[in-house]
Amino acid sequence: MRSFIRTQLWPAVSILLAFTVITGLVYPAVVTVIAQVVFPSQANGSMIVVDGNTVGSSLIGQAFDAPQYFWGRPSAAGANGYDPTLSGGSNLSSTSQTLITDITQRVDAERAANGDAPVPIELVTASASGLDPDISPAAAEYQVARVAKARGMTEDAVRAVVARHTTQPFLWLIGEPTVHVLELNLDLDGLLK
Amino acid sequence: MIPSLPGLLQAMSLFAVAILIARPLGGYIRKVMEGERVFLSPVIRPVERGVYKVMRIDETVEQRWTSYAVSVILFSFVCILALYLQQRFQASLPLDQGGVPVGPVAPDLAYNTAVSFDTNTNWQNYAGETTMTYLTQMAGLAVRNFVSAATGIAVALALTRGLVRKMSPTIGNFWVDLTRSTLYILLPISIVAALVLVSQGVIQTFASSITVHTLQGAVQTIPLGPVASQEAIKELGTNGGGFFNANSAHPFENPTGLSDWFEMLLILIIPFGLTFTFGRMAGNARQGWALLAVMVIVLSAGSLVAMASEERSNPSIPAAVAGEVNQSAGNMEGKETRFGADSSGLFATVTTGTSTGAVNSMHDSFLPAGGLVPLFNIELGEITPGGVGAGLYGILVFAIIGVFIAGLMVGRTPEFLGKKIEAYEMKMAMLVVLFLAFSILFFTAVATATAAGKAGPLNGGPHGFSEILYAFSSQTGNNGSAFAGLSGNTLFYNVTGAFAMMLGRYAMIVPILAIAGSMAAKRRVAPSLGTFPTTGPIWVGLLIGVIVIVGALTFFPALALGPIADQLLNNAGRLF
Repeated sequence: MRSFIRTQLWPAVSILLAFTVITGLVYPAVVTVIAQVVFPSQANGSMIVVDGNTVGSSLIGQAFDAPQYFWGRPSAAGANGYDPTLSGGSNLSSTSQTLITDITQRVDAERAANGDAPVPIELVTASASGLDPDISPAAAEYQVARVAKARGMTEDAVRAVVARHTTQPFLWLIGEPTVHVLELNLDLDGLLK
Repeated sequence: MIPSLPGLLQAMSLFAVAILIARPLGGYIRKVMEGERVFLSPVIRPVERGVYKVMRIDETVEQRWTSYAVSVILFSFVCILALYLQQRFQASLPLDQGGVPVGPVAPDLAYNTAVSFDTNTNWQNYAGETTMTYLTQMAGLAVRNFVSAATGIAVALALTRGLVRKMSPTIGNFWVDLTRSTLYILLPISIVAALVLVSQGVIQTFASSITVHTLQGAVQTIPLGPVASQEAIKELGTNGGGFFNANSAHPFENPTGLSDWFEMLLILIIPFGLTFTFGRMAGNARQGWALLAVMVIVLSAGSLVAMASEERSNPSIPAAVAGEVNQSAGNMEGKETRFGADSSGLFATVTTGTSTGAVNSMHDSFLPAGGLVPLFNIELGEITPGGVGAGLYGILVFAIIGVFIAGLMVGRTPEFLGKKIEAYEMKMAMLVVLFLAFSILFFTAVATATAAGKAGPLNGGPHGFSEILYAFSSQTGNNGSAFAGLSGNTLFYNVTGAFAMMLGRYAMIVPILAIAGSMAAKRRVAPSLGTFPTTGPIWVGLLIGVIVIVGALTFFPALALGPIADQLLNNAGRLF
């Protein structure tokens, strides 16, 4: 028994304590200190500050439904969507009646607002996180006419702003091209300095 | 089933870079685990000695397999108990999240979570941002991410020693293996990886959640936390437990296409690297290359199917609606714009070919054929390439079964690395295969036959069955990903799931250490004409055959009731 405690139980307990200190406290503390010094903006959530007010994070999407704004994707995070305390997707299966009903209603709503062009599928399907900050360039182009009309701008002027917030994949290979919805809308409002 | 060119190039670039890194990493791991000096020794060696001093162990004393197994399991149980208590008392400990108040975790959920993180599963019946304090996340869950992965490396090394040593009574010292894996391998890579992730936008702060007023006037509470440090070891240790509920789909965990690719790279480098470690310890690099070839071929096949499947549109969308929709982006329900169909399909394959279980998209919303890939990957035993350590020891079990089958075909005693494979080793290898199959199928059957089990699924039809099958496959396989529509936070699923996770971990490790002990004690016989070479393309083909046939024979009936029926009904437009 004494030998069991000495060669098995004590090492098990003590190594857990040692690693709780090393990997559970020292490691995150070291990473935090370096991250806060080298990448302060990213480490703190890539917050967007306008006139001293934090208006959101450039990584966390917001809900838009006003005609003068570009709209993001449907969100399953919380009852009204885009609730960062309830991140997640719908988890509806491809054979779900609820999913098909949702998609059908969203298609009707998009067409009522944007006209009869085919609706990009990403505008009628919920994202995985419920916080997707981006839409595809096709989904932005689909909304250009509506936004231009609501703002009294030419479509080409709106397209120029969209282009400023379009990101290509890394090395044109990794990931997908995206349009950043919140930054695009802030820019249209003239709030992005 | 051929995905688009960008998808193909993305997968190829990922696997190529992972192999390039894995080769030197595998050599480094061998040196570290055999106690040789490496470039980090001047910094780490004093810490390593300090840990031994605290444990009061002699690093030169090795253990027999029985003692090694007792250490593995005892350590795991101590970790489970401590993590359970930490969750129960987290409200009295410092570093709550601020903003979002969290209380103690409920007993059955705390038990499930403790088992989950200590078995390297990271199945999550909770949402991190509303359930766990910062302290529980980093000094509880993330610590388990380190030590459960280090345990995997330790057991893989113990088995490798058993296979390559001659007439040795011992297979290494668990406490030393655990310490070296953590300090020399996992910790340094995690520090670098965490900072790379922060550069992409992963957050790393102890500040409380922040409330903002959105552009359209709504109020948004954004939870923060020390995410990057946890994210790095979550991928590197093939753990997969997300800081947030949405896991690697959450922009704070995985903000860009590049961070996504980098996280997949982190997942792959150690499982790939250990094949090189194995080759070097076996004294024949081609032994390791053969295992790597098997892993990459099966992983590539799965990736092609998953990516191609998700690039398709959902056939259940009625024609009248489909005519009004541009579906060129593929099946985008439960996917992020920055990843799209390709990166989502690829990530799903990589996370389940290993035992990671992180997700960058919701597997539950994949088309049935796309969802079949992660499910089947898990049921193959997660050996292509498998979890950190667990992949190598898992594929070696199938290698032993493979040489046995080859031996039957030519009528000779099977050998592996010059050691005779006899009845004892075969019994142990079959125990591993049978325990895994039993746990998955038995618990799935129980869940489908009881009201408590049937209350779980969100979706109807065959997909509801798939959700249950996926849950027990994932927990038994120590994967941790889910068809997350299943409501898992119930007494029934918390308790049965914890059993499945323990069976999947210990019923695998103990027989494997028994094989290690038995093989270590054997003498080596010179290869003869009748020896089946365990290198080269014929062996690679045979091993793939054994893995796929064993997996398919065991699980085909269950898969036919789940994803296969689901896909047929999906094609026919049936809704539930």
